[in-house]
Amino acid sequence: MTETDFLAYVQAGGQVEAGDWMPDEYRARLVKFVEMHANSELMGVLPEREWILRAPTLQRKLALTAKVQDEVGHAQLIYRVVEDLGKPRSQCLDDLLAGRAKFHNVFHYPTRSWGDVGVIAWLVDAAAIVSQKALLKCSYAPYARIMKKICWEESFHILHGRDVVLAMVTGTDEQRELVQEALDRWWGPLMQFHGTPIPRDDDQMYVWRIKSQGNEEARQQFLESYVPQVWELGLTLPDPKLRRGDDGVWEYTEPDWDELRTVVTGHGPRTLERLELRRRFLEQEAWVREAVA
Amino acid sequence: MIFEVFRQEKRGQPFAHAGSIEAPDVAFAETWAREQYGRRGESEALWLVPRSGVHEVRDFPDEFDLKYRRVDGYSLKRRLKEARERAGTPPARAR
Amino acid sequence: MNERARLLLELADDELLVGWRDSEWTGIAPTLEEDVAFSSIAQNEIGHARAAYELAARELGTTADELAFDRAPGEYRSSPLVELRLVDWAHTIARRCLYEQADRARIEALMQSGDEVVAGLARKIDREEAYHRMHAELWAERLRGDPRFEQALAELRPYVDGDRRTRTDDFAALHDEMTSVRRTAPGAEW
Repeated sequence: MTETDFLAYVQAGGQVEAGDWMPDEYRARLVKFVEMHANSELMGVLPEREWILRAPTLQRKLALTAKVQDEVGHAQLIYRVVEDLGKPRSQCLDDLLAGRAKFHNVFHYPTRSWGDVGVIAWLVDAAAIVSQKALLKCSYAPYARIMKKICWEESFHILHGRDVVLAMVTGTDEQRELVQEALDRWWGPLMQFHGTPIPRDDDQMYVWRIKSQGNEEARQQFLESYVPQVWELGLTLPDPKLRRGDDGVWEYTEPDWDELRTVVTGHGPRTLERLELRRRFLEQEAWVREAVA
Repeated sequence: MIFEVFRQEKRGQPFAHAGSIEAPDVAFAETWAREQYGRRGESEALWLVPRSGVHEVRDFPDEFDLKYRRVDGYSLKRRLKEARERAGTPPARAR
Repeated sequence: MNERARLLLELADDELLVGWRDSEWTGIAPTLEEDVAFSSIAQNEIGHARAAYELAARELGTTADELAFDRAPGEYRSSPLVELRLVDWAHTIARRCLYEQADRARIEALMQSGDEVVAGLARKIDREEAYHRMHAELWAERLRGDPRFEQALAELRPYVDGDRRTRTDDFAALHDEMTSVRRTAPGAEW
């Protein structure tokens, strides 16, 4: 099989298994993409983890711990895919800590209140599930297969998040304000989440059918599903231009792409702190990993 | 050691591949897989198989189209019609 | 407070605090595989605490959440062993081993209780604790002989029979943190 045949095969919906021949370029792009996903799950536990000790009821405590636990489990599943593609987990972690590998923009930001816990679980996970559902059709079959479990678990997170938000918007004025304030802060990063609107045929991840949809398609799907749900609670979104056009396409203010670039290249408001926490515990518990190696 | 994990969702159903898990021995693999693949009650049972114990077989050539081993290898229609005509009978279950 | 409530609260406070402490590892445990397993243990312990608080709450005319969060520190009856903040793996596993040992003796006694409410709860808890004990033994076997682990065991052993009437310094910090959101809107639903 030549590279051209392979490309035609995946573009026609063909799937590839771990032991199959694949072009070097495909493998390299796949590793980069899947590794970033794993890193994002791993780093994504940190913003929410800070609130595990502060959960205000037993039920919320259990649900939040379970949610963070799921993200750790996702990281395990996804790093295994990367490992089977030839890159050991330890090397992924080294690259992450050294700033050589990326993770999703939303995990570089601080969490400031219990309102963030609700907004993240509801809307950040909603944005993520839009991307992850599209990965169910990824040309690399081992990755597509684990996405089933991941999407299934993410659906609990959205329920948990929505429930937290509902409890707060039906609570005191102060509780409602916590949600609104969190929403105002998270909207920018959420609009940047799916990336710049490059045409999908210029997006190499789409060309190789690692992704099955373009960035803008994903963002439109997110807006279509969730903006009405936010508005129906009487909450507002900090974008005066945000509206659904007559053609069904959502219009919005151009997201701050400079901010996205700055953040994902390792200059977000909490990037260094979070990497430092990872480094500290990885070093501190290195002897334990040796004991179970 | 890498263990391949097979998961049975409900009693009576087949065990389907669910993913893999790395552990120092089978006891840790059990402890870890139990939670990774069964904490939500989504599994009736798991099989943990060391990857080294899996022997993959692929490539089943059928260059000469030996269709008689498959259901689409039998086309009864034409002969059945002829047989009925000779016997002067209607189809067995005329509906 | 009647005997049933007293027994239930002592059990619940221990399970709550050990669960709260263990949940601190969620997201930063030594391996991802262990992280998932350990988080389940923490959740189970808090689940046990919730079940025991619910039964106690019936006796006391309150709710499980109010018992878990809204009492003054002096009202808790936890063992100092579960109050300590131990964010290193040797101490954490040492505590799990010591706790599971002590908890096993308690649960076995409670299963024999003439009070069917208490005995029934103890039987249910025991089914899950069996896996926690397996987990603790698995790790103890791995770490046995490692000076970090042996030292942690020796260090923590005296806390097992510590005084339940006084709180450790670590408790104060934990109580403060675990009630920090809840205190901002007393009586509200979350």
